[in-house]
Amino acid sequence: MSATPAGTFREESGRLAGDLEHRRRIASAMGKYETARGPRQGAFLSWELGRQALADTKWEAVNRLDEHLERFEKEATARGTQVHWCRDAAEARDAIVGIIRRVGARRIVKSKVMTSEEIHLNSLLESLGFSVVESDLGEYIQQLKDEPPYHFVFPCMHLSREEISGLFHDKLGTAEEHDPEALTMIARRVLREKYVEADIGITGANFVVAETGMISITENEGNARLTAALPRVMISLVGIEKVVPRLGDLALFLPMLATAGTGQPLTCYNTFYGGPRQPGEADGPEEWHVILLDNHRTELLADPEQRDALHCIRCGACLNVCPVFRAIGGLSYGTTYQGPVGSVITPHLRGLQDWKHLSGASSLCGACTDTCPVKIDLHHHLLHNRRNAARERGGVERWVWKAFSFVMRRPFLYRMGMRVARLMRPLHAALLEGGMLDPVRAWTMSRELPELAEETFRERWKRRG
Amino acid sequence: MTVTLFVPCLMDAVYPAAAMGMVTLLERLGHRIDFPEELACCGQPPFNAGHWAEAREMARPVLKRLAGAEVVVIGSGSCGAMLKVFYRELFAGEPEEAMAAEVAGKVWEFSSFLVDRLGVTDVGARFARRVTFHDGCHGLRELRIKSAPRVLLGNVRDLELVEMSEAVETCCGFGGTFATKHAAVSTAMGEVKCAAAVASGAEVVVSNDASCLMHLRGLLVRQGVPLQTLHLAEVLVQS
Repeated sequence: MSATPAGTFREESGRLAGDLEHRRRIASAMGKYETARGPRQGAFLSWELGRQALADTKWEAVNRLDEHLERFEKEATARGTQVHWCRDAAEARDAIVGIIRRVGARRIVKSKVMTSEEIHLNSLLESLGFSVVESDLGEYIQQLKDEPPYHFVFPCMHLSREEISGLFHDKLGTAEEHDPEALTMIARRVLREKYVEADIGITGANFVVAETGMISITENEGNARLTAALPRVMISLVGIEKVVPRLGDLALFLPMLATAGTGQPLTCYNTFYGGPRQPGEADGPEEWHVILLDNHRTELLADPEQRDALHCIRCGACLNVCPVFRAIGGLSYGTTYQGPVGSVITPHLRGLQDWKHLSGASSLCGACTDTCPVKIDLHHHLLHNRRNAARERGGVERWVWKAFSFVMRRPFLYRMGMRVARLMRPLHAALLEGGMLDPVRAWTMSRELPELAEETFRERWKRRG
Repeated sequence: MTVTLFVPCLMDAVYPAAAMGMVTLLERLGHRIDFPEELACCGQPPFNAGHWAEAREMARPVLKRLAGAEVVVIGSGSCGAMLKVFYRELFAGEPEEAMAAEVAGKVWEFSSFLVDRLGVTDVGARFARRVTFHDGCHGLRELRIKSAPRVLLGNVRDLELVEMSEAVETCCGFGGTFATKHAAVSTAMGEVKCAAAVASGAEVVVSNDASCLMHLRGLLVRQGVPLQTLHLAEVLVQS
């Protein structure tokens, strides 16, 4: 296995692109998504106007990010919430471990928190001797499998029910069971106990509402509600870009997030959390901590060209429609956020030169940009990442393009090139094509070369006079 | 009017019949063809690879030559998008910025030129085959061309136009250097598109993008599938 992210990506994406069973599974899952989403989207008076409205609200939120976050802090603090500002993964980890140690917690239950994947929280907490359990069914399955989420909305979409049954059998000692409902009941029985035992619940957030000092969590299983309600301390780890100015903004964000993400009119549970247990209240956590995580998001904020990538509401729609994702699946990326949006933001979050290959691994078809409910200019940002990477480090490729440019701008050389190509073509076909020495083997392994016409258009044009 | 025809390298070498078809049709409609032979590439390959300085170097003579044109017509959506959409970004803040904007306003993809600019929807062609249409992504999503080629094909006598039911607007997987840099991924994408084209029951896949056609043909011939690939202009000159 190659050690660099680019090498690993090359191997894994190449391997999975040739795995027909894997491709069939993803295509089938995404086909169901498309079928569900189509009519839902059509039920909006104007999906396009909705997209524009969400994008406008996100511009407003992101362009005054500091003000909205401070408003959130003020409102949240007034209800007894403790807000922690963390510049990077290390600060966030320290803040979380600090809380856990201070309250003397041992057992931690988590609902879906992609930001915790970003800061590698589970492995840290486990290494410190804490018990950590994922309560989102898909995340729980991936945790048992010791594998990161495959898709940031559908974490185990690549697994068959037989595989999940086998996994439960191996890890939990349950009988083989292929009925999805029965499998869910197995996880439910295990997880119910974990909620009751846990001292701390860790959640993410779909939205952070500046106006009211609340967070909003969207889910289908009710696991986030239990994670937030039962343990005595609640920690919410959220990226700073999740802020929206007003509670009323969510009237459009919530249905559009659900429709874009899963093809639902609304997700099953949409909950607002406004603070820890207040005096006189019967339940809720005694302490609530909100960790506001930057982790290089402000670098994206500083880039006027790609700032709109901070609009992302993590609906996953761009993955669902991406033909590259459908070919290579989610794990190939090696990133917390897969698919087009992951390819756009990962170079900003984790280093351009190490992650530029993701921006190259796209045909720039633009299906992602067309589907994005908050109108992020995704595929053009892949181009921008390519440009930024080449500007920093042109490499050998720059010289190839210089030579290409030199030839193509000189009609004589261009004509010569065409003639040589035509002369070489039969030789190439007879001696090299498809072999190990074939210079265009990357093409000819799976595709025929184009047939060069007897006469180019330029030759015909000249002859025509 | 005088139509300046931009014939990029791929159409020149692999699809000259399509370029010739465009000439025939436009002349038949009473227009004069101006063909700048020296313009072989718009600079899209280095542009897409991120090497914008080299792309600008290639694009500059193209811009200068096309600035004097009345209208510019191009037979490939991807080169069309380069001239019409990406030149403006490529030359933003450069001395040629205004020129890039001016040229962008004159550039037309072939089918869109006929239907949207000239108002021609029936070119009098006859082609007795069952045909499906593949939208090149640049034409579809950068230039927003979807109906023009279908209107033209719909008026070809004896031609039966069938749409793919799967992967209708899905990329063919070409993507320029992507096709060789990530050959396996590109091939997997192309296989999805080919399967959709075959399932449509068509005998011919038609597109208004030469590079998509080259990719689809490469895959179909290798797979031994008897599905022909033709450029839109090649169909529209049939009689």
